Amino acid sequence: MVAKRKRQDQGLIKTFNLGIVLGIVMAAMLAYFFPVVDQHRESSLISVHANGGNSESFHIRLPDDKIVAGVSGRQTSTPPGLEWPELDFLQNIQTELFKIRNENGVVVGAASRMSGKSEQHGSFVEWALHLPARGTMYVSMDPNPSPDGYREGTLRVGTREFLTLNGVVLERFIRDDIGQDSDGAGRIELAAALVGPAVDIE
Amino acid sequence: MKYAISLVIGMILGVTLFVLGLYYNPFVGNPSVSPLAVSDLDMVDLSYSLVASDSIAFTNNGESHVKPHPAKVLQLWEPTVDRTRGFVTVLTDSRGEPAGLGVKFSSDSEDTALLDGAVLVNSVWHIYLPGRGTFLVDQTENFWPYLRDIVIPARLSSGDNWRGSWYGIMSVGPGALGTARVTANTGPFIGSEAEAVESIAARAYSSNSGPVGMSGSLTIALPHLED
Repeated sequence: MVAKRKRQDQGLIKTFNLGIVLGIVMAAMLAYFFPVVDQHRESSLISVHANGGNSESFHIRLPDDKIVAGVSGRQTSTPPGLEWPELDFLQNIQTELFKIRNENGVVVGAASRMSGKSEQHGSFVEWALHLPARGTMYVSMDPNPSPDGYREGTLRVGTREFLTLNGVVLERFIRDDIGQDSDGAGRIELAAALVGPAVDIE
Repeated sequence: MKYAISLVIGMILGVTLFVLGLYYNPFVGNPSVSPLAVSDLDMVDLSYSLVASDSIAFTNNGESHVKPHPAKVLQLWEPTVDRTRGFVTVLTDSRGEPAGLGVKFSSDSEDTALLDGAVLVNSVWHIYLPGRGTFLVDQTENFWPYLRDIVIPARLSSGDNWRGSWYGIMSVGPGALGTARVTANTGPFIGSEAEAVESIAARAYSSNSGPVGMSGSLTIALPHLED
């Protein structure tokens, strides 16, 4: 009787120990295989060209997608209640934050645009396009737009998916002509034509 | 039945031991020495407050305990950006004087690996520094030491807050030494390679409102300029 009871106790202890090991293994597997962060992805609407390059366009709806717009000396800023700092070195410097959309009009990221003119650096217009699931593009634009309204820029540097790419980005503002009170309404189009590094073919 | 109960209790204990092992993992420390400490490059120290209401603007998905600022700022609620934060702030120099303007975007990284003590965030700073030009600073940050030492203790505390003195280096890449990559677009540093390191000094944190007394520091190592 006592021996049987002892065998049962030993069996329980072994089962308990097995449970501890199983618990540790299961938790470790869960931590290893279960993605803690799974960024939502929209299908990339990319056109691939014969030279291996690709083109993709983004747009920003104005004023709906404007997160922040600040420039010194202006009475109204976006959003309401924004207190833009009145600092000497920010005179003539404009900073804007936007949501950016793909060709289907789906928000795929956020962007900052800095532009201005300073005595030290001259005129500049530049974008940082941040696509959470893909990476960031840092684009330097020509401050002077072409006669047909385009501003051409180059990809200065990219991160992650854009790390090895080079190319150009075109910026264009298309005014919304619908309605009488469409002042400032419209869309900014950003068309990127990017190409990867040349690869030697044996 | 006894064996099933024994197995379940054992498994619960196993999971608990695993979680405690992750939390107190002695192999995951808190880096507090900057990899730029031994660099002979010119250092630019920029500081900013991490309290959302001290910034010019802060936005997130609107569901976080850290509330967007100002209240009417557009929120990043769409599925593709709901794990992204946007931040605009004045950067001050080591004397506390305004030295530039910075925009920061940061998104949770899919490379996050709890087993490695890595809660990673991909972030970029878009910066204007008068006299030095405009820059993009891209980096990966590890928030695990910050979560382990500040956020979780605050959550577990009966007052839902944390007070103390904490300092940590957040940057863990993409540079080989864990430094951020700096690219200049205008100014005298175009074309030169530069690195940066971001750190946080924390004094108070609330589980209800986020950072209360907390400042960030971005140290950029720039090459010497020829006269």
